[in-house]
Amino acid sequence: MSEPSSTDKKVIPIAVAAPEAAPPESPTGAMIRTLGLVSAICGLIIVGAYQGTYDAVAANKRIATERAVFKVLPKAKSIEEFVAQAGGGIAKVGAGDTAIPPGAVKFFAAYDESGKLAGIAAEGVGKGYADNVRIMFGYQPDCQCVVGIGVVSMRETPGIGDKIITDKEFLANFTALDVKLKADLSALANEVKAVKHGSKANAWQIDAIAGATITSRAVGKAINDSAQALLPRLVPKLDTLAKKS
Amino acid sequence: MNAAQYKTWDEFMEGVWRQNPVFVMVLGMCPTLAVTVSAINAISMGVATLFVLVCSCGLVSLMRKLTPKEVRIAVYIVIIATFVTAVDYAIQAISLALYDALGAFIQLIVVNCIILGRAEAHAAKNPPLPAMINAAGMGVGFTIGLLALGVVREILGAGTLFGVALFGAGFQPWVIMVLPPGGFFVLGAWLLLFSWWARRKAGLPAKEATPHV
Amino acid sequence: MNSAPIEIRSAPHVQSTKTVETIMRNVVYSLLPICAFYVFQYGISALASIAVVTGICLLTERFFVRTGTQAGRLSDYSAVITGLLLALTLPPGFPLWMGAVAGMVAIALGKALFGGIGFNVFNPALVGRAFVQAAFPTAIATYTPSFLPGRFTEFIPSTLAWPLMIPAEPTAWLKAKNLDALAGATPLAKWKFDGVIANADELLTSLSGHMAVGPSPMLILLCGAYLASRRYMDWRIPLAVLGSAALTAWLLFAFDPARYPNPFFMLFSGGLILGAVYMATDMATSPVTPKGMWVYGALIGLLTVVIRYYSGLPEGVMYAILIANAASPLIEKVTQPIPFGRGVLDRAKKRATYPLNPGYISREEASAVTPKKRFLPNKPKK
Repeated sequence: MSEPSSTDKKVIPIAVAAPEAAPPESPTGAMIRTLGLVSAICGLIIVGAYQGTYDAVAANKRIATERAVFKVLPKAKSIEEFVAQAGGGIAKVGAGDTAIPPGAVKFFAAYDESGKLAGIAAEGVGKGYADNVRIMFGYQPDCQCVVGIGVVSMRETPGIGDKIITDKEFLANFTALDVKLKADLSALANEVKAVKHGSKANAWQIDAIAGATITSRAVGKAINDSAQALLPRLVPKLDTLAKKS
Repeated sequence: MNAAQYKTWDEFMEGVWRQNPVFVMVLGMCPTLAVTVSAINAISMGVATLFVLVCSCGLVSLMRKLTPKEVRIAVYIVIIATFVTAVDYAIQAISLALYDALGAFIQLIVVNCIILGRAEAHAAKNPPLPAMINAAGMGVGFTIGLLALGVVREILGAGTLFGVALFGAGFQPWVIMVLPPGGFFVLGAWLLLFSWWARRKAGLPAKEATPHV
Repeated sequence: MNSAPIEIRSAPHVQSTKTVETIMRNVVYSLLPICAFYVFQYGISALASIAVVTGICLLTERFFVRTGTQAGRLSDYSAVITGLLLALTLPPGFPLWMGAVAGMVAIALGKALFGGIGFNVFNPALVGRAFVQAAFPTAIATYTPSFLPGRFTEFIPSTLAWPLMIPAEPTAWLKAKNLDALAGATPLAKWKFDGVIANADELLTSLSGHMAVGPSPMLILLCGAYLASRRYMDWRIPLAVLGSAALTAWLLFAFDPARYPNPFFMLFSGGLILGAVYMATDMATSPVTPKGMWVYGALIGLLTVVIRYYSGLPEGVMYAILIANAASPLIEKVTQPIPFGRGVLDRAKKRATYPLNPGYISREEASAVTPKKRFLPNKPKK
């Protein structure tokens, strides 16, 4: 097809699409009405779902916490949740009370069948190879030592970092890991630390897993940081926890 | 089967097979690669998505005459987010371990483009029943896709299937299969298999002759 | 190439008897003494490993060639090279079934998926090794000492693990031979985790007993020299790799001798020599331009030392080469030589863009009638 030259004045009929008529705009009222309606329906559904599952979720969470505590303190039969406040005192956390005052450290007091204190469990966080490693450790006031650890959550490399759950040699570190306080109860007497595999010399050191040093260190740091924050506040008040309230 | 039944069946099978979200449309790759470490995780994720898909498409379809087009995306997102929140609570109530395993990917169902895509492309133009059937098909197709990955990754990565040990105690897990690269490898293998299958069914040669220069 | 009887190519034409097959066959010949010494070091376990891995590579190649998924022929020896190299990089007591997985992945994922010989982006042997490194991190780090008594009559226990099952721990087996578990650590692992540095001359020959090392670097260098002298391999790449690794290691050593090992240890430990001579020089995955070869080799050497020093892994040659493989098209692009006739003055204006932009074609050539039209007069006119 050749283009028509400029001298050729003949008008070539081209079907020009008429500018599409803009679709009628929806009235503002309709929009508000629809959004309001949707919000109302959705709000109802969410509230319904929350109410319907609340008890089950709370029970699940309690069971999960209990299981974690019972794992690190095998003698425990029941637990109570406390916080050690920044100022020094400790306070009981009621059921459903999830907000923790700033600076406070959460811990669990575990009691055996007769209602006697079986130990204290607390959580700690350390930076691992892939992500934070959250652990739960059990503290025994009699020997002032850590008597067991469990992993709350981690994303360490399967087969390498996750040996901290299974490696018997590593877990043997936590049968009596020394976390004694200084005489003035201001801080730990010796910093808990993971050392290179095979070089553990003191009761406050953790023998790292060969090849998983970073994860092992994360566990050491988690225990150290948490114990440093919690124990100086907790130890003076241990008497108040001796019996189940 | 009469014509109406056939049409319904066809509507359902579209998502399951012809337009399978994982193997044909390659949509929703984020959960597909991330949570298919085990078959249980895969099924849970699939069912959660299925539930959100069916419910939100049903509601979107019910509201379709009332929804002005200027605010439709906002409406869809609010509806989808609602059902995702409900599923989130439900999974917490069923099992915390499962909730931890699926992690943020439950909440991320909101941005799964399969769901918004279905709402916009199908539910907004069809009455509730066909919309929900179509959505169910998509959800089932998505679940099948996730399960296909999850089964392979669990068998090789842990030596189990649905938590049941298949090979006894001495199994050597393939660590790579529970890591992200394993997800890519398995997905690639399935896509390869499906495209080979599709070509064979269409009567095409396995490969076009590539001119060697 | 017997598949195409007539080839029409543009100039320059070089008459040569060298074909892909000749090159590959010569590389295989040069690998044979290395394999023989490896078997001498580790006994029948190493022999079984080499045989199984190479066999699986050939079978996989046969499958893909038969189904028409990949180019090339079984007789071009490339799969043999992949198999031999892969076996040499694996520990001698590597379970045979894992070796088979590595071989299969090497050919299927490393080569067939890209279209066969000449099309692969990454060195197939290293793709296979990277896969098993990620899949079986424990098994691939489990070495056994060389020159054990009775190595020609007895398999290393982990070799004969059942398919899909965990291989036996070598600790008890080593104890029976009066060796401690640490004897199985490679020199690099000993350095990384225990700070023990082995003697460079012992590493070079691998002849001193009970060290967990790969094939002898000395022998590899000799075989590499043969290949380079016959022009079956370009000498620039190994030289660049070793030079850059030695330079980086030396600089760090000079900076802090207490913290970093000496450069000789870096050069002769691990798989650096094998990687530099046989893996980095893979023709399909390395640049063809001379300048590019230097850049590519230097990148590998640098990355190897950096990974060894600063990562959680003791060995870094494999990842260094794979990364450089991925970078090699880019390296090739930026190191194109200036075509003859394009003056130095033009250079500033326009970087050489030899294959990418047909602008270098002279005016006569560009307007020349292409032979196609002349030779096909019967083509129906539109």
